[in-house]
Amino acid sequence: MSAPSPVTAANGPDSFVWWAWIPDHASEIADRSVEHLQLTLLSVAIGLLLSAALATLVLRHRVWQGPVTWATGVLYTIPSLALFGLLVPVFGLSQTTALVALVSYTLVVLVRNIVAGVDGVPAAVREAGQAMGYGRARRVLAVELPLAVPTIVAGIRIATVTTVGLVTISSVVGAGGYGAFINDGLDRGGFSTPIVVGAVLSMLLAVTLDLALLGLQWLLTPWTHAARSRVPG
Amino acid sequence: MTELADLLSDPRTWWGARGLVHRAGAHLELALLATAIAMALALPLGIAVGHRRRGGAVVAAVVNVGRSVPTYAVIAILFPITLRARFGDLGFWAGVGGLVLLALPPLFANTYVGMTEVDRSLVESARAMGLRPLQVVRSVELPVALPLVLTGVRTAAVQVMATATLASVFGYNALGSFLLEGLTQQDTAKLVTGAAAVSGLSVLTDAILGVAQRLATPWVPTRRRRFGRSDRAKSAPVVSGSALGPEGNIA
Repeated sequence: MSAPSPVTAANGPDSFVWWAWIPDHASEIADRSVEHLQLTLLSVAIGLLLSAALATLVLRHRVWQGPVTWATGVLYTIPSLALFGLLVPVFGLSQTTALVALVSYTLVVLVRNIVAGVDGVPAAVREAGQAMGYGRARRVLAVELPLAVPTIVAGIRIATVTTVGLVTISSVVGAGGYGAFINDGLDRGGFSTPIVVGAVLSMLLAVTLDLALLGLQWLLTPWTHAARSRVPG
Repeated sequence: MTELADLLSDPRTWWGARGLVHRAGAHLELALLATAIAMALALPLGIAVGHRRRGGAVVAAVVNVGRSVPTYAVIAILFPITLRARFGDLGFWAGVGGLVLLALPPLFANTYVGMTEVDRSLVESARAMGLRPLQVVRSVELPVALPLVLTGVRTAAVQVMATATLASVFGYNALGSFLLEGLTQQDTAKLVTGAAAVSGLSVLTDAILGVAQRLATPWVPTRRRRFGRSDRAKSAPVVSGSALGPEGNIA
Protein backbone atom coordinates (compact mmCIF):
# COMPACT_ATOMS: atom_id res chain seq x y z
CA MET A 1 0.00 0.00 0.00
CA SER A 2 1.30 3.40 -0.87
CA ALA A 3 0.92 6.36 1.44
CA PRO A 4 -2.52 7.93 1.20
CA SER A 5 -2.56 10.64 -1.41
CA PRO A 6 -2.88 14.09 0.17
CA VAL A 7 -5.72 14.92 -2.19
CA THR A 8 -8.05 12.16 -1.08
CA ALA A 9 -7.05 11.48 2.48
CA ALA A 10 -5.79 14.67 4.05
CA ASN A 11 -8.29 16.78 5.89
CA GLY A 12 -7.20 20.36 5.40
CA PRO A 13 -8.34 23.92 4.69
CA ASP A 14 -9.80 22.81 1.36
CA SER A 15 -12.01 20.13 2.90
CA PHE A 16 -15.71 20.71 3.37
CA VAL A 17 -15.10 20.72 7.10
CA TRP A 18 -11.50 21.13 8.27
CA TRP A 19 -11.72 19.39 11.60
CA ALA A 20 -8.53 20.86 13.04
CA TRP A 21 -10.03 24.35 12.61
CA ILE A 22 -12.71 23.66 15.21
CA PRO A 23 -10.57 23.05 18.36
CA ASP A 24 -8.29 25.89 17.21
CA HIS A 25 -11.28 28.24 17.38
CA ALA A 26 -12.86 26.84 20.52
CA SER A 27 -12.72 30.11 22.45
CA GLU A 28 -14.21 32.06 19.53
CA ILE A 29 -16.98 29.47 19.24
CA ALA A 30 -17.68 29.90 22.95
CA ASP A 31 -17.77 33.71 22.59
CA ARG A 32 -20.10 33.54 19.59
CA SER A 33 -22.37 31.12 21.43
CA VAL A 34 -22.70 33.52 24.35
CA GLU A 35 -23.43 36.42 21.97
CA HIS A 36 -26.01 34.43 20.04
CA LEU A 37 -27.80 33.18 23.14
CA GLN A 38 -27.71 36.57 24.85
CA LEU A 39 -29.10 38.41 21.87
CA THR A 40 -31.83 35.80 21.37
CA LEU A 41 -32.96 35.70 24.98
CA LEU A 42 -32.77 39.47 25.44
CA SER A 43 -34.84 40.06 22.29
CA VAL A 44 -37.53 37.57 23.29
CA ALA A 45 -37.61 38.89 26.87
CA ILE A 46 -38.04 42.51 25.78
CA GLY A 47 -40.49 41.40 23.10
CA LEU A 48 -42.50 39.53 25.71
CA LEU A 49 -42.69 42.57 28.00
CA LEU A 50 -43.82 44.82 25.14
CA SER A 51 -46.27 42.20 23.90
CA ALA A 52 -47.75 41.74 27.38
CA ALA A 53 -48.38 45.49 27.50
CA LEU A 54 -49.89 45.53 24.00
CA ALA A 55 -52.01 42.43 24.72
CA THR A 56 -53.30 44.00 27.93
CA LEU A 57 -54.31 47.07 25.95
CA VAL A 58 -56.10 44.89 23.38
CA LEU A 59 -57.84 42.76 26.01
CA ARG A 60 -59.13 45.80 27.89
CA HIS A 61 -60.02 47.97 24.92
CA ARG A 62 -61.01 45.86 21.94
CA VAL A 63 -60.89 48.81 19.55
CA TRP A 64 -57.10 48.48 19.69
CA GLN A 65 -57.11 44.91 18.36
CA GLY A 66 -57.24 46.00 14.71
CA PRO A 67 -54.54 48.69 14.88
CA VAL A 68 -52.17 46.59 17.02
CA THR A 69 -52.56 43.52 14.78
CA TRP A 70 -52.07 45.66 11.70
CA ALA A 71 -49.01 47.52 13.01
CA THR A 72 -47.19 44.45 14.30
CA GLY A 73 -48.07 42.63 11.08
CA VAL A 74 -46.63 45.40 8.94
CA LEU A 75 -43.40 45.38 10.97
CA TYR A 76 -43.18 41.63 10.40
CA THR A 77 -43.41 41.92 6.63
CA ILE A 78 -40.32 44.14 6.34
CA PRO A 79 -37.51 41.89 5.07
CA SER A 80 -34.93 41.49 7.84
CA LEU A 81 -32.00 42.58 5.66
CA ALA A 82 -33.89 45.82 4.93
CA LEU A 83 -34.87 46.49 8.53
CA PHE A 84 -31.31 45.93 9.74
CA GLY A 85 -30.10 48.25 7.00
CA LEU A 86 -32.63 50.98 7.80
CA LEU A 87 -31.70 50.93 11.49
CA VAL A 88 -27.95 51.22 10.91
CA PRO A 89 -28.05 55.03 10.40
CA VAL A 90 -29.85 55.33 13.73
CA PHE A 91 -27.98 52.85 15.94
CA GLY A 92 -24.80 52.12 13.97
CA LEU A 93 -23.25 48.73 13.27
CA SER A 94 -24.04 47.23 16.64
CA GLN A 95 -26.04 44.83 18.74
CA THR A 96 -28.54 47.62 19.43
CA THR A 97 -29.49 47.74 15.75
CA ALA A 98 -30.00 43.98 15.78
CA LEU A 99 -31.90 44.10 19.07
CA VAL A 100 -34.42 46.71 17.91
CA ALA A 101 -35.15 44.75 14.73
CA LEU A 102 -35.33 41.41 16.51
CA VAL A 103 -37.71 42.70 19.20
CA SER A 104 -40.02 44.17 16.59
CA TYR A 105 -40.25 40.80 14.80
CA THR A 106 -41.34 38.97 17.97
CA LEU A 107 -44.36 41.22 18.58
CA VAL A 108 -46.83 39.85 16.03
CA VAL A 109 -46.66 36.25 17.22
CA LEU A 110 -46.47 37.03 20.93
CA VAL A 111 -49.33 39.56 21.03
CA ARG A 112 -51.55 37.29 18.93
CA ASN A 113 -50.90 34.25 21.12
CA ILE A 114 -51.31 36.08 24.44
CA VAL A 115 -54.64 37.51 23.29
CA ALA A 116 -55.77 34.16 21.83
CA GLY A 117 -54.72 32.36 25.02
CA VAL A 118 -56.66 34.66 27.33
CA ASP A 119 -59.62 34.70 24.94
CA GLY A 120 -59.61 30.92 25.02
CA VAL A 121 -60.32 30.79 28.75
CA PRO A 122 -63.89 29.46 29.06
CA ALA A 123 -66.37 32.09 30.27
CA ALA A 124 -67.62 29.68 32.95
CA VAL A 125 -64.15 29.44 34.49
CA ARG A 126 -63.79 33.20 34.45
CA GLU A 127 -67.17 33.63 36.11
CA ALA A 128 -66.36 30.98 38.69
CA GLY A 129 -63.32 33.03 39.65
CA GLN A 130 -65.48 36.11 39.92
CA ALA A 131 -68.08 34.26 41.99
CA MET A 132 -65.37 33.17 44.40
CA GLY A 133 -64.69 36.82 45.05
CA TYR A 134 -61.38 37.05 43.21
CA GLY A 135 -60.40 40.59 42.38
CA ARG A 136 -59.33 41.63 38.93
CA ALA A 137 -55.59 41.09 39.48
CA ARG A 138 -56.07 37.72 41.15
CA ARG A 139 -58.45 36.60 38.41
CA VAL A 140 -55.84 37.39 35.78
CA LEU A 141 -52.89 35.87 37.65
CA ALA A 142 -54.54 32.82 39.21
CA VAL A 143 -57.18 31.88 36.64
CA GLU A 144 -56.66 33.37 33.20
CA LEU A 145 -52.88 33.30 32.81
CA PRO A 146 -52.37 29.65 33.86
CA LEU A 147 -55.04 28.51 31.42
CA ALA A 148 -53.49 30.63 28.67
CA VAL A 149 -50.00 29.20 29.29
CA PRO A 150 -50.01 26.56 26.51
CA THR A 151 -50.93 29.12 23.85
CA ILE A 152 -48.54 31.73 25.23
CA VAL A 153 -45.62 29.29 25.45
CA ALA A 154 -46.41 28.10 21.91
CA GLY A 155 -45.99 31.74 20.86
CA ILE A 156 -42.74 32.10 22.82
CA ARG A 157 -41.41 28.96 21.12
CA ILE A 158 -42.13 30.32 17.65
CA ALA A 159 -40.70 33.73 18.56
CA THR A 160 -37.54 32.19 20.06
CA VAL A 161 -36.84 29.86 17.15
CA THR A 162 -37.47 32.64 14.64
CA THR A 163 -35.16 34.94 16.60
CA VAL A 164 -32.32 32.38 16.63
CA GLY A 165 -32.47 32.39 12.83
CA LEU A 166 -32.69 36.15 12.59
CA VAL A 167 -29.74 36.62 14.98
CA THR A 168 -27.69 34.57 12.52
CA ILE A 169 -28.65 37.03 9.79
CA SER A 170 -28.03 40.04 12.05
CA SER A 171 -24.29 39.49 11.89
CA VAL A 172 -24.45 41.45 8.62
CA VAL A 173 -24.72 44.55 10.84
CA GLY A 174 -21.94 43.38 13.13
CA ALA A 175 -24.06 41.94 15.90
CA GLY A 176 -21.83 38.88 16.28
CA GLY A 177 -23.27 35.47 16.98
CA TYR A 178 -22.92 32.38 14.79
CA GLY A 179 -23.64 34.40 11.66
CA ALA A 180 -20.20 35.99 12.08
CA PHE A 181 -18.68 32.62 11.18
CA ILE A 182 -20.80 32.45 8.04
CA ASN A 183 -19.79 35.99 7.00
CA ASP A 184 -16.18 35.13 7.70
CA GLY A 185 -16.30 32.12 5.41
CA LEU A 186 -18.07 34.09 2.68
CA ASP A 187 -15.56 36.94 2.93
CA ARG A 188 -12.74 34.45 2.41
CA GLY A 189 -14.17 33.31 -0.89
CA GLY A 190 -16.34 30.50 0.35
CA PHE A 191 -14.03 28.96 3.00
CA SER A 192 -16.56 26.33 3.96
CA THR A 193 -15.48 25.29 7.47
CA PRO A 194 -16.64 28.41 9.35
CA ILE A 195 -19.80 28.56 7.20
CA VAL A 196 -20.74 25.01 8.13
CA VAL A 197 -19.79 25.47 11.79
CA GLY A 198 -21.89 28.66 12.10
CA ALA A 199 -24.86 27.12 10.31
CA VAL A 200 -24.82 23.85 12.25
CA LEU A 201 -24.46 25.62 15.60
CA SER A 202 -27.39 27.94 14.91
CA MET A 203 -29.55 24.99 13.85
CA LEU A 204 -28.60 23.14 17.02
CA LEU A 205 -29.36 26.18 19.17
CA ALA A 206 -32.79 26.62 17.56
CA VAL A 207 -33.77 22.99 18.03
CA THR A 208 -32.39 22.92 21.59
CA LEU A 209 -34.24 26.05 22.68
CA ASP A 210 -37.44 24.77 21.05
CA LEU A 211 -37.25 21.49 22.97
CA ALA A 212 -36.32 23.31 26.21
CA LEU A 213 -39.41 25.51 25.91
CA LEU A 214 -41.55 22.47 25.12
CA GLY A 215 -40.27 20.95 28.37
CA LEU A 216 -41.01 24.17 30.23
CA GLN A 217 -44.56 24.14 28.89
CA TRP A 218 -44.96 20.55 30.04
CA LEU A 219 -43.77 21.49 33.55
CA LEU A 220 -45.99 24.59 33.72
CA THR A 221 -49.19 22.79 32.71
CA PRO A 222 -49.32 19.56 34.70
CA TRP A 223 -53.11 19.30 34.19
CA THR A 224 -52.74 18.74 30.45
CA HIS A 225 -50.88 15.46 30.90
CA ALA A 226 -51.92 14.30 34.36
CA ALA A 227 -55.09 12.45 33.45
CA ARG A 228 -55.08 11.82 29.73
CA SER A 229 -52.68 12.64 26.96
CA ARG A 230 -53.91 15.31 24.56
CA VAL A 231 -51.88 13.96 21.67
CA PRO A 232 -54.32 12.68 19.06
CA GLY A 233 -53.85 9.31 17.42
CA MET B 1 -37.31 61.64 -0.51
CA THR B 2 -35.43 63.26 -3.40
CA GLU B 3 -32.91 60.41 -3.24
CA LEU B 4 -35.72 57.94 -3.70
CA ALA B 5 -37.10 59.94 -6.63
CA ASP B 6 -33.61 60.13 -8.17
CA LEU B 7 -33.14 56.39 -7.81
CA LEU B 8 -36.52 55.55 -9.29
CA SER B 9 -36.09 57.90 -12.25
CA ASP B 10 -32.71 56.38 -13.10
CA PRO B 11 -33.23 53.81 -15.88
CA ARG B 12 -30.42 51.68 -14.40
CA THR B 13 -32.65 51.07 -11.39
CA TRP B 14 -35.16 49.35 -13.66
CA TRP B 15 -33.30 47.78 -16.58
CA GLY B 16 -30.23 45.67 -17.07
CA ALA B 17 -28.80 42.82 -15.02
CA ARG B 18 -28.88 44.87 -11.81
CA GLY B 19 -32.28 46.39 -12.45
CA LEU B 20 -35.58 45.83 -10.66
CA VAL B 21 -37.18 43.98 -13.58
CA HIS B 22 -34.45 41.38 -13.98
CA ARG B 23 -34.03 40.98 -10.24
CA ALA B 24 -37.76 40.61 -9.60
CA GLY B 25 -37.81 37.93 -12.30
CA ALA B 26 -34.91 36.11 -10.62
CA HIS B 27 -36.64 36.43 -7.24
CA LEU B 28 -39.84 34.96 -8.67
CA GLU B 29 -37.95 32.15 -10.39
CA LEU B 30 -36.31 31.12 -7.12
CA ALA B 31 -39.46 31.42 -5.00
CA LEU B 32 -41.79 29.69 -7.44
CA LEU B 33 -39.40 26.79 -8.08
CA ALA B 34 -38.90 26.24 -4.34
CA THR B 35 -42.64 26.36 -3.65
CA ALA B 36 -43.35 23.94 -6.51
CA ILE B 37 -40.73 21.44 -5.34
CA ALA B 38 -41.98 21.64 -1.76
CA MET B 39 -45.56 21.08 -2.93
CA ALA B 40 -44.51 18.08 -5.02
CA LEU B 41 -42.91 16.58 -1.90
CA ALA B 42 -45.26 17.59 0.90
CA LEU B 43 -48.74 17.25 -0.62
CA PRO B 44 -48.57 13.57 -1.66
CA LEU B 45 -46.90 12.70 1.64
CA GLY B 46 -49.45 14.63 3.68
CA ILE B 47 -52.31 13.04 1.76
CA ALA B 48 -50.88 9.53 2.19
CA VAL B 49 -50.15 9.88 5.93
CA GLY B 50 -53.41 11.72 6.58
CA HIS B 51 -55.40 9.08 4.69
CA ARG B 52 -54.00 6.38 6.98
CA ARG B 53 -54.86 8.55 10.00
CA ARG B 54 -51.87 7.23 11.86
CA GLY B 55 -48.53 8.59 12.99
CA GLY B 56 -49.83 11.91 14.33
CA ALA B 57 -47.15 12.16 17.01
CA VAL B 58 -44.33 11.42 14.56
CA VAL B 59 -45.77 13.93 12.09
CA ALA B 60 -45.97 16.59 14.80
CA ALA B 61 -42.40 15.96 15.93
CA VAL B 62 -40.95 16.08 12.42
CA VAL B 63 -42.95 19.19 11.50
CA ASN B 64 -41.88 20.97 14.66
CA VAL B 65 -38.20 20.22 14.23
CA GLY B 66 -38.41 21.21 10.57
CA ARG B 67 -40.09 24.44 11.58
CA SER B 68 -37.37 25.35 14.05
CA VAL B 69 -34.44 24.96 11.64
CA PRO B 70 -33.37 28.46 10.48
CA THR B 71 -33.63 28.87 6.69
CA TYR B 72 -30.53 31.06 6.56
CA ALA B 73 -28.45 28.32 8.17
CA VAL B 74 -29.74 25.73 5.69
CA ILE B 75 -28.83 27.96 2.75
CA ALA B 76 -25.41 28.59 4.32
CA ILE B 77 -24.66 24.90 4.71
CA LEU B 78 -25.81 24.08 1.17
CA PHE B 79 -23.85 26.96 -0.32
CA PRO B 80 -20.32 25.46 -0.13
CA ILE B 81 -21.70 22.18 -1.49
CA THR B 82 -23.18 23.85 -4.58
CA LEU B 83 -20.03 25.96 -4.87
CA ARG B 84 -17.86 22.84 -5.05
CA ALA B 85 -20.15 21.22 -7.57
CA ARG B 86 -20.09 24.44 -9.64
CA PHE B 87 -23.77 23.87 -10.07
CA GLY B 88 -26.08 26.60 -11.37
CA ASP B 89 -26.05 30.33 -10.60
CA LEU B 90 -24.18 31.37 -7.47
CA GLY B 91 -26.51 30.90 -4.50
CA PHE B 92 -29.49 29.70 -6.55
CA TRP B 93 -29.68 26.02 -5.65
CA ALA B 94 -28.61 26.62 -2.06
CA GLY B 95 -31.49 29.12 -1.90
CA VAL B 96 -33.90 26.60 -3.43
CA GLY B 97 -32.87 24.00 -0.83
CA GLY B 98 -33.34 26.33 2.13
CA LEU B 99 -36.67 27.64 0.87
CA VAL B 100 -38.00 24.14 0.15
CA LEU B 101 -37.27 23.23 3.75
CA LEU B 102 -39.04 26.40 4.87
CA ALA B 103 -42.14 25.54 2.84
CA LEU B 104 -42.43 21.87 3.80
CA PRO B 105 -43.80 22.17 7.38
CA PRO B 106 -46.84 24.42 6.66
CA LEU B 107 -47.67 22.44 3.49
CA PHE B 108 -47.38 19.08 5.16
CA ALA B 109 -49.08 20.03 8.45
CA ASN B 110 -52.09 21.63 6.79
CA THR B 111 -52.54 18.75 4.33
CA TYR B 112 -52.23 16.18 7.07
CA VAL B 113 -54.67 17.94 9.39
CA GLY B 114 -57.07 18.58 6.50
CA MET B 115 -57.15 14.87 5.71
CA THR B 116 -57.56 13.71 9.31
CA GLU B 117 -60.30 16.27 9.92
CA VAL B 118 -62.52 14.64 7.29
CA ASP B 119 -65.52 13.13 9.03
CA ARG B 120 -64.93 9.40 9.48
CA SER B 121 -68.55 8.55 8.74
CA LEU B 122 -68.20 10.31 5.39
CA VAL B 123 -65.21 8.13 4.50
CA GLU B 124 -66.97 4.99 5.70
CA SER B 125 -70.13 5.65 3.73
CA ALA B 126 -68.01 6.26 0.62
CA ARG B 127 -66.35 2.91 1.22
CA ALA B 128 -69.71 1.26 1.78
CA MET B 129 -70.82 2.63 -1.58
CA GLY B 130 -68.00 0.62 -3.10
CA LEU B 131 -65.39 3.33 -3.72
CA ARG B 132 -61.85 2.05 -3.86
CA PRO B 133 -59.21 3.67 -1.59
CA LEU B 134 -57.86 5.94 -4.34
CA GLN B 135 -61.40 7.00 -5.25
CA VAL B 136 -62.12 7.78 -1.59
CA VAL B 137 -59.04 10.01 -1.50
CA ARG B 138 -59.83 11.69 -4.80
CA SER B 139 -63.57 12.25 -4.61
CA VAL B 140 -64.24 12.45 -0.86
CA GLU B 141 -61.23 13.25 1.30
CA LEU B 142 -59.37 15.67 -0.96
CA PRO B 143 -62.35 17.93 -1.71
CA VAL B 144 -63.19 18.16 1.99
CA ALA B 145 -59.54 18.77 2.91
CA LEU B 146 -59.01 21.27 0.11
CA PRO B 147 -59.58 24.50 2.09
CA LEU B 148 -56.87 23.60 4.59
CA VAL B 149 -54.51 22.29 1.89
CA LEU B 150 -54.84 25.59 0.05
CA THR B 151 -54.27 27.51 3.27
CA GLY B 152 -51.01 25.59 3.60
CA VAL B 153 -50.03 26.43 0.03
CA ARG B 154 -50.80 30.09 0.59
CA THR B 155 -48.87 30.30 3.87
CA ALA B 156 -45.87 28.49 2.39
CA ALA B 157 -45.83 30.52 -0.83
CA VAL B 158 -45.97 33.85 1.04
CA GLN B 159 -43.22 32.82 3.46
CA VAL B 160 -40.99 31.66 0.62
CA MET B 161 -41.63 34.85 -1.36
CA ALA B 162 -40.65 36.98 1.63
CA THR B 163 -37.61 34.89 2.58
CA ALA B 164 -36.08 34.43 -0.88
CA THR B 165 -34.02 37.62 -0.31
CA LEU B 166 -31.58 35.57 1.77
CA ALA B 167 -30.15 33.82 -1.29
CA SER B 168 -28.60 37.14 -2.28
CA VAL B 169 -26.28 37.01 0.73
CA PHE B 170 -24.78 34.00 -1.04
CA GLY B 171 -24.37 35.78 -4.34
CA TYR B 172 -27.71 35.25 -6.07
CA ASN B 173 -28.50 38.36 -8.10
CA ALA B 174 -32.12 39.12 -7.21
CA LEU B 175 -34.21 41.54 -5.13
CA GLY B 176 -32.18 40.73 -2.02
CA SER B 177 -29.17 42.26 -3.78
CA PHE B 178 -30.84 45.69 -3.46
CA LEU B 179 -31.02 45.16 0.29
CA LEU B 180 -27.38 44.09 0.55
CA GLU B 181 -26.21 46.97 -1.64
CA GLY B 182 -28.33 49.37 0.39
CA LEU B 183 -26.86 47.92 3.56
CA THR B 184 -23.22 48.12 2.55
CA GLN B 185 -23.52 51.48 0.76
CA GLN B 186 -25.81 52.88 3.47
CA ASP B 187 -28.23 53.83 0.73
CA THR B 188 -31.68 54.24 2.28
CA ALA B 189 -33.39 54.74 -1.07
CA LYS B 190 -32.08 51.38 -2.27
CA LEU B 191 -33.16 49.67 0.95
CA VAL B 192 -36.66 51.11 0.72
CA THR B 193 -36.96 50.20 -2.97
CA GLY B 194 -35.81 46.63 -2.38
CA ALA B 195 -38.00 46.17 0.68
CA ALA B 196 -41.05 47.60 -1.11
CA ALA B 197 -40.49 45.27 -4.07
CA VAL B 198 -40.20 42.20 -1.85
CA SER B 199 -43.17 43.18 0.34
CA GLY B 200 -45.16 43.96 -2.80
CA LEU B 201 -44.51 40.51 -4.24
CA SER B 202 -45.42 38.85 -0.92
CA VAL B 203 -48.65 40.80 -0.60
CA LEU B 204 -49.46 40.08 -4.24
CA THR B 205 -48.84 36.36 -3.74
CA ASP B 206 -51.11 36.38 -0.70
CA ALA B 207 -53.84 38.21 -2.60
CA ILE B 208 -53.68 36.04 -5.73
CA LEU B 209 -53.70 32.81 -3.75
CA GLY B 210 -56.48 34.20 -1.58
CA VAL B 211 -58.64 34.75 -4.64
CA ALA B 212 -57.67 31.33 -6.03
CA GLN B 213 -58.60 29.77 -2.71
CA ARG B 214 -62.01 31.44 -2.75
CA LEU B 215 -62.65 30.35 -6.34
CA ALA B 216 -61.54 26.78 -5.68
CA THR B 217 -63.59 26.38 -2.51
CA PRO B 218 -66.67 28.59 -2.99
CA TRP B 219 -68.55 26.75 -0.22
CA VAL B 220 -66.21 28.00 2.50
CA PRO B 221 -67.58 31.17 4.11
CA THR B 222 -65.26 34.11 3.40
CA ARG B 223 -63.62 35.00 6.64
CA ARG B 224 -60.11 35.91 7.56
CA ARG B 225 -58.90 32.38 7.18
CA ARG B 226 -55.20 32.76 7.69
CA PHE B 227 -55.55 34.65 10.90
CA GLY B 228 -58.33 32.45 12.22
CA ARG B 229 -55.87 29.66 12.74
CA SER B 230 -55.65 29.84 16.49
CA ASP B 231 -59.34 28.82 16.49
CA ARG B 232 -58.59 25.93 14.22
CA ALA B 233 -55.72 24.81 16.38
CA LYS B 234 -58.18 24.25 19.19
CA SER B 235 -60.43 22.04 17.13
CA ALA B 236 -57.52 20.10 15.70
CA PRO B 237 -54.66 19.97 18.17
CA VAL B 238 -51.88 18.21 16.28
CA VAL B 239 -49.44 19.00 19.04
CA SER B 240 -51.50 20.89 21.58
CA GLY B 241 -51.96 23.79 19.26
CA SER B 242 -48.38 24.43 18.22
CA ALA B 243 -48.03 22.59 14.92
CA LEU B 244 -50.76 24.77 13.53
CA GLY B 245 -50.06 27.80 15.65
CA PRO B 246 -49.33 31.15 14.07
CA GLU B 247 -47.03 30.56 11.17
CA GLY B 248 -43.28 30.64 11.37
CA ASN B 249 -40.85 33.21 10.22
CA ILE B 250 -40.56 35.74 7.53
CA ALA B 251 -36.89 36.40 7.21
